[in-house]
Amino acid sequence: MRHTISVLVENKFGVLARVAGLFSARGYNIASLAVSETLDPAISYMTIVVDAKDENVLEQIKKQLNKLIDVISITDFTKKEHVERELALIKVKCSVKEKPKIENVLHKYVGKIIQHKQETAIIEAVGDQHQIKSLLTDLQPFGIKELIRTGRIAITH
Amino acid sequence: MQKQLHLTSGNLMQPHLTLRTMTGAQILIDCLKREGVEVMFGYPGGSVLPIFDKLYDSDIRFILTRHEQGAAHAADGYARATGKVGVCLATSGPGATNLTTGIANAYMDSIPVVAITGQVKTFLIGNDAFQEADVTGVTRPITKHNYLVKEAEDLARIIREAFLIASTGRPGPVLVDIPVDIQQKDIEFIWPEEVHVRGYKPTLFGHPGQIKKAVKLLTKAKKPIFYVGGGTITSGAHQELKELAERLKVPVTWTLMGAGAFPGTHELALGMLGMHGTAYANHATMEADLIISVGARFDDRVTGRLDSFAPYAKIIHIDIDPSSISKNVKVDIPIVGDARNILGQLQEEIKDTPDTQEWLKTISTWKKKYPLMYKDEGKIKPQYVIEQIYEATHGEAIITTEVGQNQMWSCQWYQYDHPRTFISSGGLGTMGFGFPAAMGAKVGRPEKEVFDIAGDGSIQMNIQELATCVANKIHVKVAILNNGYLGMVRQWQELFYKKRYSYTTLYNPDFVKLAESYGAVGIRVTKKEEVRPAIEKALSVENTVFIDFQIEPEENVYPMVPAGEAINRMIGGMA
Repeated sequence: MRHTISVLVENKFGVLARVAGLFSARGYNIASLAVSETLDPAISYMTIVVDAKDENVLEQIKKQLNKLIDVISITDFTKKEHVERELALIKVKCSVKEKPKIENVLHKYVGKIIQHKQETAIIEAVGDQHQIKSLLTDLQPFGIKELIRTGRIAITH
Repeated sequence: MQKQLHLTSGNLMQPHLTLRTMTGAQILIDCLKREGVEVMFGYPGGSVLPIFDKLYDSDIRFILTRHEQGAAHAADGYARATGKVGVCLATSGPGATNLTTGIANAYMDSIPVVAITGQVKTFLIGNDAFQEADVTGVTRPITKHNYLVKEAEDLARIIREAFLIASTGRPGPVLVDIPVDIQQKDIEFIWPEEVHVRGYKPTLFGHPGQIKKAVKLLTKAKKPIFYVGGGTITSGAHQELKELAERLKVPVTWTLMGAGAFPGTHELALGMLGMHGTAYANHATMEADLIISVGARFDDRVTGRLDSFAPYAKIIHIDIDPSSISKNVKVDIPIVGDARNILGQLQEEIKDTPDTQEWLKTISTWKKKYPLMYKDEGKIKPQYVIEQIYEATHGEAIITTEVGQNQMWSCQWYQYDHPRTFISSGGLGTMGFGFPAAMGAKVGRPEKEVFDIAGDGSIQMNIQELATCVANKIHVKVAILNNGYLGMVRQWQELFYKKRYSYTTLYNPDFVKLAESYGAVGIRVTKKEEVRPAIEKALSVENTVFIDFQIEPEENVYPMVPAGEAINRMIGGMA
């Protein structure tokens, strides 16, 4: 099962390597990872989506992360009210004729065409994983040429 | 899970009131002195020349080993024997990579070691400079924490943090990598009286609610046992453990790392459990209705087959590292904190003691029925040699071991009544550990007899340290149980690979002549009646001594639980 956890870490060189190394050394799988500075530039914020086969594995992941000296605190979003978002950039085939149809699809989502050139549109969409997945299904018929997604980020209420 | 830690005191000198300029190397030496470092083990090289130049004038005792691995193991052995932080020093590149086995060893056994390595100049890092290696990268998974010092101004704080992190919580090795230009740079020295590590706060006391729950279970248990590991020794909980076990009349078994945490000669002692544990310790574990684990981690050599481990037992798990809890075995009552504090909390909370009379009777029957034993016939038996070392040293020596049969026999046939007297590579299982570790232990506890119980294979993995011992008058005694084989691997080949002894037969040097060539004493023993006199002679000689005991070549370690079996399914005519 996939879980979203966030990790506040010291903003020092090598911290990402420590976190990534911990996952690989102990055989845990990272599904996505997003790292950024916080309001305090000395602290970074990592949002990690992990595959954990059961509660015990998730518990171990959290405990092992917490053992890293550069880790300040950990939030597990699994049982917390929270909002999750990811950003997708999607390149689709789009003739002038099809453009209104695509725009019509996008009405249901937080998304828009940000560039349209030579029969190709670049769409920017924001949403949780289900919304992005659903959007991709809806865009499939037009022909998706390329897809780039950020890792998931999350915030508690 | 917000964590933070403030630290004030320590064994420190008064701070300097006026600022003065110093080089990074001088600051390092000054900081080490302030941390109470009296001795270091290591090896010089291009990237640590400024440090060695300052060591030349320092009163810190420096022991030049003959290999950096020897230095890391010696620092580890020193730490285990004294409870202080062991310090080793090596140059960049190969010097640092040679330390890594020793660092990994200290990491697996939670031993406080600070490793200092030189690094190429900061502006050369990443350029594949001569003797450059990404040492913080290499050691990241085998240290509790590590640092690359990028600014000389950070050096004092980093050294302070390194000692704090290495020696507190669940201890472990910390590596500090210092580029040459940082060692050379002149800066104002400010000693940080306090360091604050935001992400580090070990829990020291057990949660009162958990203590209450544990006491409830304890009071009504019929067949309880204590299962104690290295954490009991680290936290200095041996006295509290003894008092509690005696008051509750609960028997005690231990892991390899826990030998010495409870007196081996005590009537409540069950000996070691697990793969080569005593039959009665394993039976007691499998029949127990309550296991109180103190500073142990349910390692696979202890539990055997996990799904059949201790089927009737509730488990109370006391450990300072939350990640040790419920990692392998599902625990009923976890108590996170320092073992010594928690045993004290339990002692205070307990009002009624359990009735263990029947249980102790059962155990006493097992002890009579399945004692540790060996057939004392034919050539010299290794078990006999260790028994004789035990008698000759009145059980008061520090014993270090290598890895394999020598290690298991040392657990079985020497009784450890005091903590920090049994020193062995538990987690990593490092051949070549025992001799340099003995050296470190002897440096830390010069008043003690220190014996390395070795095999003819293991001893050759760090035999170069003979020079270090002789040159520095570190008089350790080495008992080589010489069977001409890599004994433990051969035993597995005999039992599980149809006696196909694939590359386990050894060609050995003449250990007596070898010792003599270094200026040490060598004794060869081929007959049983020569065993005791040889040990007595070794003890009376003011020198490092190698005793080459030519033992029964195909003697096995029994009892033995085959890998992956339940621990009461022992082989070796014991159960």
